[in-house]
Amino acid sequence: MSYIIEGATGPWELVIGLEVHAQIISRAKLFSGASAEYGAPPNSQVSFVDAGFPGMLPVINAECVAQAVRTGLGLNAQINLVSRFDRKNYFYADLPQGYQISQFAHPIVGKGEIEILLESGETRQIGVTRLHLEQDAGKSLHDQDPALSFIDLNRAGVALMEIVSEPDMRTPEEAGAYLRKLRTIMRYLGTCDGNMEEGSMRADVNVSVRKADEEFRTRCEIKNVNSVRFVMQAIEAEARRQVAVWESGEAVQQETRLYDPARSETRSMRSKEDAHDYRYFPDPDLLPLVIEQAWVDGLASGLPELPDAKKARFMSRYGLPAYDAGVLIMEQATADFYEVLAEGRDGKIAANWMLGDFFAGLNRLGRGIGDSPVSAAALGGLLDLLADATINGRIAKDVLEAMMETGEPAAAIVESRGLRQVTDTGAIDAAVEKVLAANPDKLAEYKSGKQKLFGFFVGQVMKAMAGKGNPALVNDALKRRL
Amino acid sequence: MTDTLDFTIAGARNALRAKTISARELTEAHLAAIEALEPSLNAFITVTPETALAAADAADGALARGEGGPLAGIPLAIKDLFCTNGIRTTAGSRILEPFVPPYESTVTRQLLRDGAVFLGKANLDEFAMGSSTTTSAFGPTINPWQRQGSNTQLVPGGSSGGSAAAVASGMALGSTGTDTGGSIRQPASFCGIVGMKPTYGRCSRFGVVAFASSLDQPGPFARTVEDAAILLGSMAGHDPRDSTSMDWPVPDYAAACRRGVKGLRIGVPREYHADGMPAEIERLWQQGLDWLRDAGAEIVDVSLPHTKYGLATYYIVAPAECSSNLARYDGVRFGLRVPAQDLTDLYEETRAAGFGAEVRRRILIGTYVLSAGYYDAYYLKAQKVRALILKDFTDVFGQVDALLTPTAPSAAFGVGENMDDPVKMYLNDVFTVPASIAGVPGISVPAGLDGDGLPLGLQVIGKHFDEETVFAVGQALESAAGFSAKPQIRVGSLR
Amino acid sequence: MASAAPLDDAVVRRIARLARIRLGDEEVSRLRGELGAILGWIEQLNEVDVSGVDPLASVGQATLAMRADVVTDGDQTEAVLANAPARAGTFYTVPKVVE
Ligand SMILES: [Mg+2]
Ligand SMILES: [Zn+2]
Repeated sequence: MSYIIEGATGPWELVIGLEVHAQIISRAKLFSGASAEYGAPPNSQVSFVDAGFPGMLPVINAECVAQAVRTGLGLNAQINLVSRFDRKNYFYADLPQGYQISQFAHPIVGKGEIEILLESGETRQIGVTRLHLEQDAGKSLHDQDPALSFIDLNRAGVALMEIVSEPDMRTPEEAGAYLRKLRTIMRYLGTCDGNMEEGSMRADVNVSVRKADEEFRTRCEIKNVNSVRFVMQAIEAEARRQVAVWESGEAVQQETRLYDPARSETRSMRSKEDAHDYRYFPDPDLLPLVIEQAWVDGLASGLPELPDAKKARFMSRYGLPAYDAGVLIMEQATADFYEVLAEGRDGKIAANWMLGDFFAGLNRLGRGIGDSPVSAAALGGLLDLLADATINGRIAKDVLEAMMETGEPAAAIVESRGLRQVTDTGAIDAAVEKVLAANPDKLAEYKSGKQKLFGFFVGQVMKAMAGKGNPALVNDALKRRL
Repeated sequence: MTDTLDFTIAGARNALRAKTISARELTEAHLAAIEALEPSLNAFITVTPETALAAADAADGALARGEGGPLAGIPLAIKDLFCTNGIRTTAGSRILEPFVPPYESTVTRQLLRDGAVFLGKANLDEFAMGSSTTTSAFGPTINPWQRQGSNTQLVPGGSSGGSAAAVASGMALGSTGTDTGGSIRQPASFCGIVGMKPTYGRCSRFGVVAFASSLDQPGPFARTVEDAAILLGSMAGHDPRDSTSMDWPVPDYAAACRRGVKGLRIGVPREYHADGMPAEIERLWQQGLDWLRDAGAEIVDVSLPHTKYGLATYYIVAPAECSSNLARYDGVRFGLRVPAQDLTDLYEETRAAGFGAEVRRRILIGTYVLSAGYYDAYYLKAQKVRALILKDFTDVFGQVDALLTPTAPSAAFGVGENMDDPVKMYLNDVFTVPASIAGVPGISVPAGLDGDGLPLGLQVIGKHFDEETVFAVGQALESAAGFSAKPQIRVGSLR
Repeated sequence: MASAAPLDDAVVRRIARLARIRLGDEEVSRLRGELGAILGWIEQLNEVDVSGVDPLASVGQATLAMRADVVTDGDQTEAVLANAPARAGTFYTVPKVVE
């Protein structure tokens, strides 16, 4: 797991924490009845509450609270039955009220944790500090006019969960795995669609570097990074910058930075450098948010099977190794596909085919599990032909390729192309004789002790049979003859 | 004409139903009074004769069909802090001068539902910040009362001074106000009328331009306690659009006025004997206690030990909330904008030009007390003292049913007086602020005149959501006081 | 209270900047006096013993009522923009903000 930057003064370790803003899936906004749907014409989904008009007051949306609680439950976190809304005061063009309603002092969800899976197959627990509810701001468009910024308030007031991690991550990979896992959990729960391109999930990344066994050094916050890949790249770039700053004898300044993917570097956000003093205080328009344990229990009992539980079940029920199970549960759709595929079949073989040739095929087509030309049932049909020895594994790969291209069922392809495995020993023996006759020199070498040539003969026999020979029978026949 | 303008709301209701007068006649008489008196009083920022007459005609139609609501045809003035659909709403501020709300506040919507006729939008201290209605961007309102033998212009109190002056002078039968630290009760006292601040959460704040959200509360002005009760019956009620509005049933407040005070225990908080309070106010207070005793109440000495810290607490909490509430006036979506090259300049220039001196002062105080390093010392401390003040009231209301105090430490003062020193101005609210901090209801009832012939009010404070007892005690005071003096500036006086 | 240090001009300017209110030099010094007097007067709260007292944010005696997740508002672009001092199409506009 160690990810070390070798500086001129020795090795440096990374310390990474993430603040994720996740847009809650709900019909209406957090404090108004305007639609929260993405992509509407500018300022068409704006109530006077969202636009901060005089005398307008917030009223909280119960579903947004429920979604936050569900997410908290999915993070194995403490649910706070009493929480409260504060105002975070600052001026910005797309912040209509001049403050953001957020939960500063008393968040609805407290400490929790997320298990991440690394490529090495290791897992790690990453602490979640808190999850709180808050409103999104509007959107400023800076590229519409040379002198003006345009303001669209459709997003203003949309419900967000801010999920803050502990500074527990030490590598870019861990940060990426944390984001993916968090996204997986929220997608399972149906609380956030995790779509980073549309901005429904955004990450602020806190990065610092330190020498082994040191206390934390000054951190910088990289704001609003909008893909997992960029988060990982931004961490690398920022860590390298900080190492260079420290090693030049200077000190890293705590500041907000932006990641520029085109240049693979972070730069200071001057507009955020204005001394901030958010003057948080309890929002007097809202009373304390008090929820009942029974209500929380009801939400808990309505939760779907969560990724970690599904992973454990896949391991025990289908005998899968942790890593395979971990990959299969990343997306609900993948897990569902797998369960259909594995039903009544060998779970390990099903997983190997899915994770191997099937995913490779989807990748080639640029498709996902949702728009796969081969359904789980169809892929199962292929595995069945393999299991009952209608075709061999070599041919099965070709059949799958054909299925991906044509969408036809495996059996039809096998029939129409005559790909059934040959188990007739007479035909196999004939092929063996033909190959031996054609390769007298190789046969002599083999007889004089070059045992490795056995594989060569197997290959030649299969080739002679257009790949359709039953591999076990071919082996037997060759052994007998040689 | 004078007779028409001397109606009470209850009396006008009867006359309208008996068809001895039409809503149009009543409204026209009041519009004429406004036209005659506005040059002297400036009680309105906006007068809306056309909508008023249309509403009056609609009321006449409804009454003719026997369908009129409880306020059908009753002409009212609306404090220009209530947003009124399609009618300019300024909050007394330059920054909202051009603002026309596309929505109606809940309180005014309920008044319209009950058939009320809105004459126009009444003047106020800018964003309701003041005790004199001199901080309005639309000029000060003048109190219709004058000292005997003097024509010095006096303030009507504030911040709902326009609403109070309009009712006192006969320009409206009733009006709406808002009370954050005394802004209904103190002007009622200065203008010789009744003003009622209900329990926090009794009337919806939806559509009321916010000053200090945890304190603001709409309420009525009228010339009698019963009229105030009738108006509150229309204004009050739970509103799902205001999360701080409470879901309590609205009782028949007018009926409560007739309950009497026999057997009630009335507390006299000893801390309200303020240093330097005029002897005549002390005397009037004593007189009020005697009237209640004579009417069958028991008088009990009580203590509200944290009373003297009410004002300082208020002048932390209210500015803190206002500094945040007024951040939305930024020149982007509505209201005044001072054009600039850069967004920060636009904000700073717009807000410097749009807000008057008192509003700027309070925003800066509020910004300061919430800022890093000062929050605990000021804001958090004030919240704790607020808890102690609330506890004072809770404790006392274990012993008594209501409290009687003076409404204000003085009668109306001259325009321009008390302007040199903000703290001196703030002291006007010393008797009204504690009830605001605790969220309990209070009423000011005119009880007598001072040596200069200016009205003085007594304040009745009650338990949370027990406006009924407050009205009952207020009615007893009104009956005993028999207050019948008239202000110098009224329609009859100009004839 | 932590405020015993008298207000100086820099503090007045800093809070005016936070509040986005432009002040002239004269105003800064006048406000320094006025605000100082108000804050000095407020210091009387020092006398109150608040140990063990929970802060009170609101006298509202209930807890937050929640509304159902139903779209009941919006779809009123013109009304939302009708009071705008400046607009372009259906956007509000401000002087260009540089990030
Ligand atoms: Mg953050
Ligand atoms: Zn946030």
